[in-house]
Amino acid sequence: MVGQLPYDGVVICAPVTVPYVRFSVETAHWWAGGAMQALARETGLGPADFDGFCFASFSAMPDSVVGMVQHLGLSPRWMDHIPTGGASGVMALRRAARAVQCGDAEIVACVAADTNQIDSFRQTLAGFSRFSQDATYPYGFGGPNATFAMITDNFFRKYNVSRQDFAKLCVAQRDNALSNPIALLKKPLTHDDYLNARPIADPVHLFDCVMPCAGAEAFIVTTPEKAAELGLSTARLSATIERHNAYIDDPVQTRGGWARDIDALWSAAGCGPQDVDMLQAYDDYPVIVAMQLADLGFCDKTELPGFIADNDFTITGSLPLNTNGGQLSAGQAGAAGGFQNVTEGLRQILHCPLGDQVPDAKKALISGFGLVNYDRGVCTGAAVIEPEDLR
Amino acid sequence: MTDPLSPPVKKDPLKNTRMGHVSPGLRSRAARAMAVRAGQGRFVLQVCDYCCTATYPPRDRCPKCWGTLDWQDQPTGATVMTETTIRVTTDLFFKEHAPWRVGSVQLEAGPTAIVHLHSDVRPGDRVRMELKLDRGGNPALFAMPEKETPNMVDDAQYRTFTADPKHRRVLVTDGRGPVGQAMAKALLKAGARAVFLGNGDTTMRFDGEAEMVAHENVEIVPLNVTDTNSVTKLAHQLGGRIDIVVNTAAVTRQSGVAFGSKLTDLQAGFESEVTGLMRLAQGFGPAMSARSDDGTNSAAAFVDVASVYGLTGRAGFAGQAATAAARLALISGLRGEMAQTGIRVISVLTGPVDDVWHQHVPPPKTAPAQIAKSVIDALTRGLEINCAGDAAKDLFARWQADPFLTIREENQ
Ligand SMILES: [Zn+2]
Repeated sequence: MVGQLPYDGVVICAPVTVPYVRFSVETAHWWAGGAMQALARETGLGPADFDGFCFASFSAMPDSVVGMVQHLGLSPRWMDHIPTGGASGVMALRRAARAVQCGDAEIVACVAADTNQIDSFRQTLAGFSRFSQDATYPYGFGGPNATFAMITDNFFRKYNVSRQDFAKLCVAQRDNALSNPIALLKKPLTHDDYLNARPIADPVHLFDCVMPCAGAEAFIVTTPEKAAELGLSTARLSATIERHNAYIDDPVQTRGGWARDIDALWSAAGCGPQDVDMLQAYDDYPVIVAMQLADLGFCDKTELPGFIADNDFTITGSLPLNTNGGQLSAGQAGAAGGFQNVTEGLRQILHCPLGDQVPDAKKALISGFGLVNYDRGVCTGAAVIEPEDLR
Repeated sequence: MTDPLSPPVKKDPLKNTRMGHVSPGLRSRAARAMAVRAGQGRFVLQVCDYCCTATYPPRDRCPKCWGTLDWQDQPTGATVMTETTIRVTTDLFFKEHAPWRVGSVQLEAGPTAIVHLHSDVRPGDRVRMELKLDRGGNPALFAMPEKETPNMVDDAQYRTFTADPKHRRVLVTDGRGPVGQAMAKALLKAGARAVFLGNGDTTMRFDGEAEMVAHENVEIVPLNVTDTNSVTKLAHQLGGRIDIVVNTAAVTRQSGVAFGSKLTDLQAGFESEVTGLMRLAQGFGPAMSARSDDGTNSAAAFVDVASVYGLTGRAGFAGQAATAAARLALISGLRGEMAQTGIRVISVLTGPVDDVWHQHVPPPKTAPAQIAKSVIDALTRGLEINCAGDAAKDLFARWQADPFLTIREENQ
């Protein structure tokens, strides 16, 4: 396999979050416009200034990126639609970076926006994918809770991991959310609260589940020159990976596509997991966080209980994890849930976090996981980003 | 082991009846094709025409070589890999029936699948898979214990995939003939709580009447399916208490089309078998639909027993075949309507019945007890179509393989 070319001549900047709400009467279009407005405030740019647009959403029906471009008055010379939910942030980053590097676009707005109207979660589930409508949801209609419950059930037995281990991850993320003024869940969570929560789909309990909400996330990918002209602090993309539908012969998902490409990621980044200052992981259910800890190279799956016990995942800890609280505490705004790992990682290394700052943050590992098409998450991706110019 | 199903308690009249939701019906065309086979009681998966890989969920191309796919019968063995008990759901039916157990299995046929779990099975267990139809007529994989366990079919989840007569009240529309009477006996043996046996002419005694009346749980009721008032009256009187309707109405006369036929015979046949079926559907369908999720004795099924020659026509019995064809068409329409409300609509197809009208027809003929057995089989398995007896099975198999050839064969 040909090695990945470096991302020279590309920077990432201007992370924005449109504060989430539990339910919204507004549309995905409204939330996407809110993200563009926030980017405009950061940069002074208007609709005519963006020549690239990359969009992710579940609730913009019947519109795709095409409808969104006209809705928002954009006239890009490059655009893309990323339908991969939790993996969409890393994927938008990769695509926009190559477009800018090759000169297909100079300044790309990457936007994820979703609304959450009363009953829209049920409707989204009912028509989510062909396999899920034929072969998952008619089976008790537990939604992703049930699918991840089965994955968790198997993971517990196979790797001797328990809810006690997951408690530490979830409690740490809630601690992290406490300093984030726009996190939706800000009541302190204790180890006992976690363990005593009501069961949703055994062994998944209440605090393993994200809270669906409405919101938007966005960032800009551009050239270093353009960012300098706009006076924006920038980060560079050290390495990325992406993989879909990996390990199709695993009867139950115990690993994601990261495992297949992880060596390529660390070799392109010129470092290893021990060198990162934080992990912004996709956290729709702690079993996926645990899976990422192993597949991204922090430890073997059989060592997970020990690794979790030995580390502190709070903002000032040994491995800060989801420093905005993650989706488990900040909320999951549809596809924007797959962007918050990028925006939060960016903010931390650009030293403009929503809440508390990770001390001396120089390297962020971002990981995405998306789309339970049937019995497992299909899309995975990861990126290492580092600060370039702090302005 | 499963707790035995307890007889239903008398209903509190002030208590609301559960609305009888069905799960969202959106399915791919391939899943609908799977449903057709499920309705016949087959366990099928798609198999690649080129590399012979079995695949699931339903696809339109083989994921190994992109070859085309065909539905084929598969071994039913499987091993449970994972389980979960769903306690929270946004679906209205499952919400009423929570908690609900599902899990994933490794099928002996090759693929893995997410399936409904019987309460007696656990991860690591070997299971026997059944392909069922859910209340909305959609295909559903159900993992049963590999070996029979006590009261296995009383499992609460399993019972929503069947129309088991146990503890249910059944209307058999024609009790004057041997088929209706065999039906009543078989239903009682299968645990039915009551059988209402229709009598189309209360002024005339009929063979077997004394034996029927002697059964504690059989009640003879006036029902003339050619008379709208009679059907409406009984529906008003019994509608809310009928859980299963078995329509055994049949008018058999030998007839050709241009030769050896009387228009009045044809008209009488249509009035009784076809218009009569519609009267029954209109009379009992709405009340049954309102009670499809009403506990142990929820309304469950509408069964129509018709001649298999409705599929093909038949020399010498043209009129009878024509009424059967019309019944099959009405039953298909009714099935679509009742799928919205969770009531199963079942066709039981018979060959020539072993009665006075078929004296000159050579064997094999279908005994009334065979028809009754086939109805019970369809109810307990939740089938959509079932053939009673060898003649019907033979014709159905030939018709599936080559419908127009079979039509030609049966009309020469
Ligand atoms: Zn193939």
